[in-house]
Amino acid sequence: MDLNYSAEDLAFRDSVRAFLAAQLPPELQDKVRRHLRLSKEDFVRWHKIVAAQGWAAPAWPVEYGGPGWNATQRHIWEDECARAGTPPILPFGVNMVAPVIMAFGNDEQKAYYLPRILNCDDWWCQGYSEPGAGSDLAALKTTAVRDGDHYIVNGQKTWTTLGQYADMIFCLVRTDPTVRKQEGISFLLIDMKTPGITVRPIVMLDEEHEVNEVFFDNVRVPVANLIGKENKGWTYAKYLLGHERTGIAAVGRSKRELAFLKALALRQQKGGQPLLRDPLFAAKVANLEIELMALEVTVLRTIAQEHQGPGPQASVLKVKGTEIQQMLTELMVEAVGPGALPFDPAYLEGETEHAAGGDDDAAPLAGYYFNYRKTSIYGGSNEIQKNIITQMILGL
Amino acid sequence: MDFSYKEEQQQFADALRRWAERDYTFERRRAIIHSDAGVSPEAWATLVELGMTALPVPEAQGGFAGNAVDMLVVMQELGRALVVEPYFATVLGARFLQLAGGQEELLARVAAGEVKLACALTEAGSRHDLAAIAAVATGTPDNMGVSGIKTVVLHGGQADAFIVSARHQDAIALYLVEADTAGVAIRDYRTIDGLRAATVSFDHAPATPLGAPGQGWDILEAATDYGAALLCAESIGVMDALFAATLEYLKTRQQFGAPIGKFQALQHRMADMFIHLEQARSMAMLAAVKVDSADPEERRRVVSAAKARVGQAGKFVGQQAVQLHGGMGVTDELPASHLFKRLTTLGLTLGDADHHIERFIAQPGFGETD
Ligand SMILES: Cc1cc2nc3c(=O)[nH]c(=O)nc-3n(C[C@H](O)[C@H](O)[C@H](O)COP(=O)(O)OP(=O)(O)OC[C@H]3O[C@@H](n4cnc5c(N)ncnc54)[C@H](O)[C@@H]3O)c2cc1C
Repeated sequence: MDLNYSAEDLAFRDSVRAFLAAQLPPELQDKVRRHLRLSKEDFVRWHKIVAAQGWAAPAWPVEYGGPGWNATQRHIWEDECARAGTPPILPFGVNMVAPVIMAFGNDEQKAYYLPRILNCDDWWCQGYSEPGAGSDLAALKTTAVRDGDHYIVNGQKTWTTLGQYADMIFCLVRTDPTVRKQEGISFLLIDMKTPGITVRPIVMLDEEHEVNEVFFDNVRVPVANLIGKENKGWTYAKYLLGHERTGIAAVGRSKRELAFLKALALRQQKGGQPLLRDPLFAAKVANLEIELMALEVTVLRTIAQEHQGPGPQASVLKVKGTEIQQMLTELMVEAVGPGALPFDPAYLEGETEHAAGGDDDAAPLAGYYFNYRKTSIYGGSNEIQKNIITQMILGL
Repeated sequence: MDFSYKEEQQQFADALRRWAERDYTFERRRAIIHSDAGVSPEAWATLVELGMTALPVPEAQGGFAGNAVDMLVVMQELGRALVVEPYFATVLGARFLQLAGGQEELLARVAAGEVKLACALTEAGSRHDLAAIAAVATGTPDNMGVSGIKTVVLHGGQADAFIVSARHQDAIALYLVEADTAGVAIRDYRTIDGLRAATVSFDHAPATPLGAPGQGWDILEAATDYGAALLCAESIGVMDALFAATLEYLKTRQQFGAPIGKFQALQHRMADMFIHLEQARSMAMLAAVKVDSADPEERRRVVSAAKARVGQAGKFVGQQAVQLHGGMGVTDELPASHLFKRLTTLGLTLGDADHHIERFIAQPGFGETD
């Protein structure tokens, strides 16, 4: 057993670090590190910088524009990005729809969409969930009825993350209502500018506009936008879920946030000494740090087994990763105490230089804590992940 | 033993509940939060009319001399309806005045609903330590001035006068400062849970000493213990509402062809929430009974135990309720997320669970065995 990076891995890491040091715009880094809200331009700007380097899609095969990295290199890249505080490369195009297009799309679809995804020419969003179909995704009701060269789409999607900016949405739609609910589902790509589409904001509990409802009223979608075969969409969707990366654990970001938490707790005073020296608080931080160490090794073990293909093990990473992320935000709020109470959206949007309550560090923390309750709900709730563990791994 | 409410207490609660259900709906509250003022003069007028401001004030000042158990009933209802009006700040201020003695005229005006008070106790970096005071008072007893900056002063922007903690010749002392007097600057803002708070700067602001010299800390502790007991009661009201909303959601939300409440994983979670809530309710009652009557050591012990236990329950019930609501739980649309946010800030106000566990440990009785 050898739990160290090889010399090549370390050299690779240094090259990544050099790239980030040279190319990550300081104002973006600053926003990320201070927990301010990112704009559409922020996401696109960073994506294009990374695309210019040829690194925007680390998991893609070289023939489609991937960098040809192995699993360890991909992990190092993600870890270093998170450590530096880059905006995320949004997963909807690169990690969600693209693998499905590669595996099941036709040549025209590949030739058209993949380069545009790589370069962030289109902003993609995910249209799976519906008001009546959340954890029970196969209960979806949005219909697509064939009419010559088009499908006529009617229904409603919800929770569409950042759909307000989207050019394209990939949707699961029902093309055959007469069969078992997992059958009769198709995978459609829909241009958001098509007449009949309405996007309505859903405001989150921290008052951020992050998700949307998307309504389809007789929306005409060319049959050319169908991926693979009609009524086989559920298979593709499952393929996509199986494709979830180890990045779901967010170890890199949690390491950066742990460092932030510690710095915060060193600045906060309790009984005349830094809060981080307080035994009660220090023990909580230590427990969290140990949990994060364990998760990192679990992630590395998963990567080392990657030739066996992704499996239900990802559920372990999702549950633990989100628990750690949530605990980090919880301890940040605890660290500042009543200082977390002032609420100043203008500051979070970067419209004012200093926060209303006077403590710029503390200003985003309560909202961050509230917002991060989502992580154990979306992408398959933690209860659903535990069902997967008990059924698929434990055979109960 | 008798854990029931007296008839008048139940009447107070019913009156408040009826008003909230009719006039202080979730939508109405939302409009108030997003208004410039952030509070509602009509709602305040109703609270006054229902006798809420008179309730804790002694009869000699035109009040009803209500005890903390009477207030428990009131605070539970205000919590249930997520009332954002400056009631708690005013009542806590009145407690300071009462404990300090004097100021009868001001108390009478509080009872009549003519003035609102706010307590300027915390400073940048003081976290939960109310003795971490950098503000100073200088001058002679009849010509005092307070200087310093107080942060997160709940409803500081709506107050007519402040109770201010400051250091005078190294001792902690309390002062009354008018809001519209020279040397007071107020920056009002929203809090994360939809209430209002302010940063209040005092620059040689004319100040009236409260209480006898040397009593400052004792009064401060006793008054904030009373406040903490009230916040425990409010938390119970918030948790009751959140628990009921979650239970209802589990019975109605269908996934996989069944109400999600049929999944045992969620049933056990609900059971755990219920257990937390019952333990917290017991402690809130105990605190309300003891905060008036117990000797200071016992009072500290019980109030800290209650604030710690209620805080832990608030965190558990709040987080689980959001989780069980799925995506709907993290939106601004349902009361659930607002109740969760209020529970969070109640937990952070006048000492969080850890702070009170430490205070509990520090009480003399803790190290003794018999
Ligand atoms: C911020 C955010 C962003 C999102 N982004 C997107 C997006 O871009 N595109 C998209 O398509 N979707 C998106 N989603 C939707 C997300 O995938 C769903 O919210 C999630 O699948 C849960 O569904 P639900 O909200 O309907 O909750 P429900 O399914 O109603 O679940 C409610 C509760 O019941 C539990 N539960 C349900 N079934 C079971 C069971 N069998 N056993 C035990 N417990 C169970 C859940 O765990 C949860 O606690 C997003 C959600 C959020 C909150």
